[in-house]
Amino acid sequence: MNAIEANGLVKDFGKTRALNGVDLQIRSGSVYGMLGPNGAGKTTTVRILTTLLAPTSGSASVLGHDVVRDARLVRQKVSLTGQYASVDEDLTGQENLILVGRLLGMTWSEARARGTELLKAFDLQEAASRQVRTFSGGMRRRIDIAASLVTRPEILFLDEPTTGLDPRSRNQVWDLVRLIAVEGTTVLLTTQYLEEVDRLAERLAVIDQGKVIAEGTSRELKSSVGGNTLHCHLLDPDQRAAANQAIHRILPDSVLPQTDLTALAVKVPDASKAVDVLSALTRAQVRFRDFSMGSPSLDDVFFALTGRGAEPLPKNTAQKEAAAS
Amino acid sequence: MNQVQSPPAGSRLSLATRTASVSPLSATATLAWRAMLKIKHVPFQLFDVTMTPIMFTLLFTYMFGGALAGSPREYIQYLLPGILVQTIVFITIYTGVGLNTDIQKGLYDRFRSLPIWQPSPLFGALVGDLFRYTVAGTIIVVLGLILGFRPAGGVGGVLLAYVLVLLFAFAISWLWIIFGMKVKTPESVMTASFVFLMPLTFASNIFVSLATMPPWLQAIVRHNPVTRLANATRALMHGQNTGEDILWVVGTSVAITLVFAPIALRMYHRERIN
Repeated sequence: MNAIEANGLVKDFGKTRALNGVDLQIRSGSVYGMLGPNGAGKTTTVRILTTLLAPTSGSASVLGHDVVRDARLVRQKVSLTGQYASVDEDLTGQENLILVGRLLGMTWSEARARGTELLKAFDLQEAASRQVRTFSGGMRRRIDIAASLVTRPEILFLDEPTTGLDPRSRNQVWDLVRLIAVEGTTVLLTTQYLEEVDRLAERLAVIDQGKVIAEGTSRELKSSVGGNTLHCHLLDPDQRAAANQAIHRILPDSVLPQTDLTALAVKVPDASKAVDVLSALTRAQVRFRDFSMGSPSLDDVFFALTGRGAEPLPKNTAQKEAAAS
Repeated sequence: MNQVQSPPAGSRLSLATRTASVSPLSATATLAWRAMLKIKHVPFQLFDVTMTPIMFTLLFTYMFGGALAGSPREYIQYLLPGILVQTIVFITIYTGVGLNTDIQKGLYDRFRSLPIWQPSPLFGALVGDLFRYTVAGTIIVVLGLILGFRPAGGVGGVLLAYVLVLLFAFAISWLWIIFGMKVKTPESVMTASFVFLMPLTFASNIFVSLATMPPWLQAIVRHNPVTRLANATRALMHGQNTGEDILWVVGTSVAITLVFAPIALRMYHRERIN
């Protein structure tokens, strides 16, 4: 049985069609990524799957329970961490966790003990008796995820868990997601960041304009775009046109479109052609560094599928992580 | 890429499995606890509730008391029940403001995705409101007693009057709940409510008696529900018999609740468009 199944989900808000026939089959016991730009329909899908919205048409079941007819059964088994920190800012970290524990049927002392345990696991024990409104963005995210784990959900929905976080907090959230998955909870995660699904998710769905436009492992998606790809970083984005021209002369129509002008990705039939491309660049006096051969990045995939770029991670992150690895 | 790092020692989340679901009463009690915690952490919320009536009582009693009733001491016998009505009717808007804030902050989604009796967040919040009304009511009556308010109806009369005002406040809270779900920001709940509540409380007989008004205004003011409520409250506090007004207030409150509570609850169950 699939953990999550959706068939032809359509959702209209007035005259706007937010979902235009979303199909999903998600197996249990994994991290599943849902990738798409702002307004693609990710949040709407999550809200339908967590019983907060009813679909206009189509159907969905979570752990075998219909999300409309058996909403309460679904709620008993899943947790949601929404896009905005869904904890009470006026309450302290500890009080928020006790609140959720009590609402899930724990006694006061059980809820208090579980709260303390989670605060420790999420590295928040020093902030336990501070109001959440004084928390940093990363701490808020963590307390929010902690609130979703007061009891063990079978599926955890994380709606854009790292949007707006600094690199360090983002890494902490990524570690937590891995840990949660190891302990046996299926995680459905939405994101605008390709790197995030690449790092965390075993399978992913690319969603755009209310439809799933591709589904598979990131490896499968990459090979669907094309085999070998030469990646290199241009030092000067102004030389991008010159670079494209030089490559076009020896390998027509092989440059993959990119949002980032310094990231050059070229589809090449084999390694010797890659050498030709590099020497053509040198002859054209295009300055570059860090060339590599590999499969296309998810950015390439997204572009190939939609004709548009996806959101890149904020610039300083990519650099810091490159330096760390 | 998908390799999982082994968790650092001592940081396992050691997840407990889900326990049985809670009763509606227990969920409501927990959410009432939350409402009380909010008051404890943000005492400023009570400032509004306490300072405004103190200011109004003092200002009106001493500035207009002599002109309106011959002396401040005489005027406060008339004014004080009205101030209680005005204050509590006004602070009912916090029901809408609080709900709207929860929706905007995403807390509403958290509650609605939990396996609890769905309206319990609403009822929990109403308990917090009740506490606010009680604080405001107590302060007004105590201040009144200090300034020379002598209710002939005694403790019983004052308590009955308080219960009647609460009943009315509870009824109109449903309107604010509906409103709180409809508008975009807590500030617009505030603004729109003032536009509605200002004329409702001032175009009443809270401050001056009907007899002093021009006939056309009397006709309007007489049918203002706040006038009816102020009459009933005065009557109960001073031990007079105006059964008609009391019945009218009870009937209207019950009618408002019967009509609007189901609408509010249905809206609460239903989705919201973001």
